[in-house]
Amino acid sequence: MSYRFLYVLFLLTSLWACKNSIHTTSIKGDIIPIDKTINGDPEIIAYIQPYALHLNQTLDSVIAYNPNNLSKKDGKLNTALGNLMADLVMVQANPIFKSRTGNSIDIVLLNQGGIRSGIGKGPVTSRTGFELMPFENEIIVVELSGKKIQEMLTYLEVAKTAHPISGMQIRVDSNFKLKNAMIGGKILDINRSYFVATSDYLQQGGDNMNFFKEPLHIYELDYKLRNAIIDHFMKVDTLKTSTDNRFIQIP
Amino acid sequence: MKRRNFIQQTAATGAFIGLGGLNISLTENPKKHITILHTNDVHSHIEPFGPNDPRNANMGGVARRATLIQQIRNENPNTLLLDAGDIFQGTPYFNFYGGELEFKLMSKLKYDAATIGNHDFDNGLSGLLAQMPHAEFDFITSNYDFSNTILEGHTSPYKIYIRDGVKIGVFGLGVELEGLVTKKLYKETQYLDPVETATEMTRILKQEQKCDIVICLSHLGYEYKTENKISDVVLATKTKDIDLIIGGHTHTFLDKPSILNNLDGKKVMVNQVGCYGINLGRIDFFLDSDKKLNGSGVSINV
Repeated sequence: MSYRFLYVLFLLTSLWACKNSIHTTSIKGDIIPIDKTINGDPEIIAYIQPYALHLNQTLDSVIAYNPNNLSKKDGKLNTALGNLMADLVMVQANPIFKSRTGNSIDIVLLNQGGIRSGIGKGPVTSRTGFELMPFENEIIVVELSGKKIQEMLTYLEVAKTAHPISGMQIRVDSNFKLKNAMIGGKILDINRSYFVATSDYLQQGGDNMNFFKEPLHIYELDYKLRNAIIDHFMKVDTLKTSTDNRFIQIP
Repeated sequence: MKRRNFIQQTAATGAFIGLGGLNISLTENPKKHITILHTNDVHSHIEPFGPNDPRNANMGGVARRATLIQQIRNENPNTLLLDAGDIFQGTPYFNFYGGELEFKLMSKLKYDAATIGNHDFDNGLSGLLAQMPHAEFDFITSNYDFSNTILEGHTSPYKIYIRDGVKIGVFGLGVELEGLVTKKLYKETQYLDPVETATEMTRILKQEQKCDIVICLSHLGYEYKTENKISDVVLATKTKDIDLIIGGHTHTFLDKPSILNNLDGKKVMVNQVGCYGINLGRIDFFLDSDKKLNGSGVSINV
């Protein structure tokens, strides 16, 4: 009985004390690694399991076959993997762009750094698509002036890198100076504009592709690069690609 | 059971007060202990990294984090669990389930609050809003003005949590979205100046609400050496009345929490624990209710 009174008294005194004078006397900071010495909470593991199962079944179902190991480093100015990526963007995105605008994509340009993995010889799964493109980048089409295309060619000349391209043939000399560029089989016309498909990341200045920054027009396709990759793999039975002469150095 | 023991013990203390008078209780100096646990940039890393991962082999995993958090809560029930943003994006779990599993697991782990990172906009404002019913924790952001968007009313500029009678004020700062996130994802979200916002938040939390601890949950980034850009390190020196800045965005693995001096020359702790749920941050505040200690320095151990 007196307990209750004392408890109330305690509450009153502590409240009074809190209101006036709680303050920090010391702070201790720590960073704790979460490693395999900690056993996972079984309830959480069980909760995750059905999600993991569904995800892995979907990701690991075989959707195509790849006859050769593909790496983004197996070529100087163009690679079989880069060509596959740029060509599949052309094939997958052009019908959408055409149906929305009546125009056709002239060029595809991606960046080599954006290819986030290789594709090993053997079965190809949706997981391959996630590994190649873990980001949510969208395919977009920009309308660029002939002058901006020229800036793009200068960029590629300086970069000396196998950035994936499609719809375009570029010849550079032994010093990587541009000899000529053909778009859709024709020599670049500085007085007309071109439709270039790329990713929203690059259009916004990623990899310093500044020629993309102020295009004449931007067309959003609402189509993720990864989805284009996976859709393409589902469509073809076997991946067919090789290095070719789309971007080469000639003496 | 434990709680009842605690009450009985305090009642016994009360008996002592009853005999000796009120003044004794104040010089008796009851200590309080608040633990703040935090993560940042978990980026949908639900499962631990595999044994063959080149950088983070066998690290992380939500289930292990749950065990660790429970151990700490058993040790000190007066714990707050916070996340500094970029919960979304990074594994197929996000692409498949849109963040549902991330929010459900954080709710199971009893997170108290999270701030919003740039990647949390990756499925647009509607994608974030759609997952919010799965989150049984608060979204705190003070410098994103969502008033002309569908997120209006779904976030708070600040929250006050009370643990063992200690008032803990938490506000949140997000990174500038322009140039980082596609406009169509964040739409009419207005980004407000972090320093001005923090100044206003600390005025409310410290001066008006008399919080005992003020925490900034930030997704600004730890430090930018080459750019003149707002970061946690800059924020710490340009503000006052913040006790702890919990950061994210730059995936910074600090060896230990940093200590910086604020506008008043008082110490501010800044911590960030890398990314992907590889580490858990733990900050322990020891408080005192003896008035006489006021003004004496706070000892900080890292």
